[in-house]
Amino acid sequence: MRSIYFLYIFLIYFCFGFFILEARELSIKQIEERKKADVERLKEREKRGNKKFSKEITLATKLIFLSMERKTPPVLSNLDPILDDEGFYGVKLAIEDNLTTGRFVGHDYKAEFHRVLLNENLKSEFQKLLNQGNKFFIVDLNEKELKTLFETFNSEEIIIFNVRSKADSLRNENCKKNLLHVPPSYSMLSDALTQYLVKKKWNKWFLVTGPDENDRKYADALKKSAKKFNIKIKKEKVWDFSADLRRTAGKEVPIFTKGEKYDVLVVADEKGEFGEYLTYRTWDPRPIVGTQGLTPKSWHRTHEQWGATQMQNRFRRESGRWMTEVDYHAWTAVRSIGEAITRTSSNDVKDVRKYLLGEKFGLGAYKGVKVSFRSWNGQMRQPILLASPRSMVSVSPQEGYIHPDSELDTLGKDQPESTCKF
Amino acid sequence: MKRFIFCLLFIFAAKTSFANLAYITNEKDNTVSVIDIKKNKVIKTVEVGQRPRGIIMSKDGKLVLICASDDDRVEVREAKTLKLKYYLPSGPDPELFILSPDDETLYIANEDDAMVTVVDMNDKMIIDDIPVGVEPEGMGLTNDGKVLVNTSETTNMAHFIDTSTLDILENVLVDARPRVAMFTPNDKEVWVSAEIGGTVKVINPSTKEVTHTIGFEIPGVNEESIQPVGVRHTNDGKYTFVALGPANRIAVIDQKSKELIKYLLVGQRVWQLAFTPDQKTLLTTNGVSNDVSIIDVEKLKVKKSVKVGRFPWGVVISPES
Repeated sequence: MRSIYFLYIFLIYFCFGFFILEARELSIKQIEERKKADVERLKEREKRGNKKFSKEITLATKLIFLSMERKTPPVLSNLDPILDDEGFYGVKLAIEDNLTTGRFVGHDYKAEFHRVLLNENLKSEFQKLLNQGNKFFIVDLNEKELKTLFETFNSEEIIIFNVRSKADSLRNENCKKNLLHVPPSYSMLSDALTQYLVKKKWNKWFLVTGPDENDRKYADALKKSAKKFNIKIKKEKVWDFSADLRRTAGKEVPIFTKGEKYDVLVVADEKGEFGEYLTYRTWDPRPIVGTQGLTPKSWHRTHEQWGATQMQNRFRRESGRWMTEVDYHAWTAVRSIGEAITRTSSNDVKDVRKYLLGEKFGLGAYKGVKVSFRSWNGQMRQPILLASPRSMVSVSPQEGYIHPDSELDTLGKDQPESTCKF
Repeated sequence: MKRFIFCLLFIFAAKTSFANLAYITNEKDNTVSVIDIKKNKVIKTVEVGQRPRGIIMSKDGKLVLICASDDDRVEVREAKTLKLKYYLPSGPDPELFILSPDDETLYIANEDDAMVTVVDMNDKMIIDDIPVGVEPEGMGLTNDGKVLVNTSETTNMAHFIDTSTLDILENVLVDARPRVAMFTPNDKEVWVSAEIGGTVKVINPSTKEVTHTIGFEIPGVNEESIQPVGVRHTNDGKYTFVALGPANRIAVIDQKSKELIKYLLVGQRVWQLAFTPDQKTLLTTNGVSNDVSIIDVEKLKVKKSVKVGRFPWGVVISPES
């Protein structure tokens, strides 16, 4: 009888224990209760007052984001939306990031967005902004437009961050002391791609260039990289059919690529007018690299290493779309200014510039290693992503390319080759 | 009466039957690998929530807590069986966390949300969230649990938080991308590793001043791949171990003089570290080579490596030995 009694106790103990262990999954009712509790908590916190740690503002910095209205290009792909807000969310997010740091050290940041309309004059609009005493500019302009800016002035009292143009000339013969470049130059991109192709021993190229000026610049950079890394360009062709290829590519491309011996088809087609239609249609089965297929990029939606997932998530939550390269450049530019101001406690253009081009500057920009600026031409040194449409293939510089200072300087023109003179 | 004794024995046995187990979160596999440290073998792999990263245990060793980052919650599992007991609310994207010394309060770094979420372990409710810098990650706590240090990866700061008021006391600028904050056993220093900066800063918690900056140089390894993350101090005050990420090495540092003693070559991209309770063995998670290195702390030698799941991230070892 007694033993049954103990067994009974044991069973109760066991069942009770079991109950504690298993009955924790929340019911809908419980979830609702928690939501209510969340609201209550929020009210409580408001009652307690603003608990945010903040210091008195001692340094306030205003940045200008300058862009141009552009004519809508013809729709070449049904997949990618045409964006007219590139850069905007990059700046917005970076300002928020700067403010978070700023809150703790008493620094304030604000950005003004200026879009020059089609019927307005870039030069005079820019002059207006200068007259207002603005010092820090993030500019989403192409090479030609950037050059117009410098026709008006060349003051060292301001600092301009290029977030769009990849033109090599701006980093060399046309460089300016107060102009910093976040986007990798064409030659950095082509070196990054070439290093990988060398590693794969895909040494024989068939180069196809589009009709645009930028395509030619991209192709020029590719040719220089080929020379630098001892690649043979077996054939070079210009694609100058302006027809929409969506229905006819199957007939055109095989003939276009017939009769050559090569390892990879390298394409320079920045707008994507024909590059996408080369894949799977070449006479011989060959991979496509360059502006399509495997492409060198500063940012890509498949990038998820080194905290990039967090950046992609934050960006998508803010904007409702994927981050583009221009967005990434804009974010990096604004964060660079923030980092320089945080570390130097000064927003004087000369101090900021000196710090940015100095050895101490290094920014975490989701690339695995710090990014910094080349002191001889204001170009941001950075790893380059080699992405295919749905996966990250590799990141350059490739292993084995060594450099006395930074392996990142194996990409693009190094100091001895640079023709930039400030 | 005999049955009564039998019952007692049964309960007793159930409570003490595990020892020397290491739990490793595999970020890309959504699993936890369990290693028997005596046998140097994976004895079990258990499926858990999405993108498991931070992992800790309650002081009594009964509970394993896992940050399921992509599920936006913390899983609480029974250490012995790894059976899910319940979820804790965590705020979005929990990455690393720490329990108060009395196991009553859980402090969680929400990487996507610039917050430290504070959770009551008894009520299983969020008590508060503290706004900190962008991408908070590292969490360090004093022995008495009174001061919490959180690091924010994009803001590049160590935030000192008073746990009684949940207010920020001070913010200390450190180098780029601070990942881990760890108090020394005597609470007189807090060491903060900076992944991109490539340094470890030693901060005096009472003055909030940086007293030392430790840099690393490894012949044949380029400077950019030296990326300090995990930090662990021995309780005797002798050594500090720092995991150097893609440099594939652990730096052994003299805790007092801050001088480098030696580098230990481990697997690829080493991030987090954990001691066995006797501190004779140290485990490292090597994300890219998908293994765990086992280090003999007395001899300062790597003994063995054990294959686990894809992208091992966090590691915790049961307190009993």
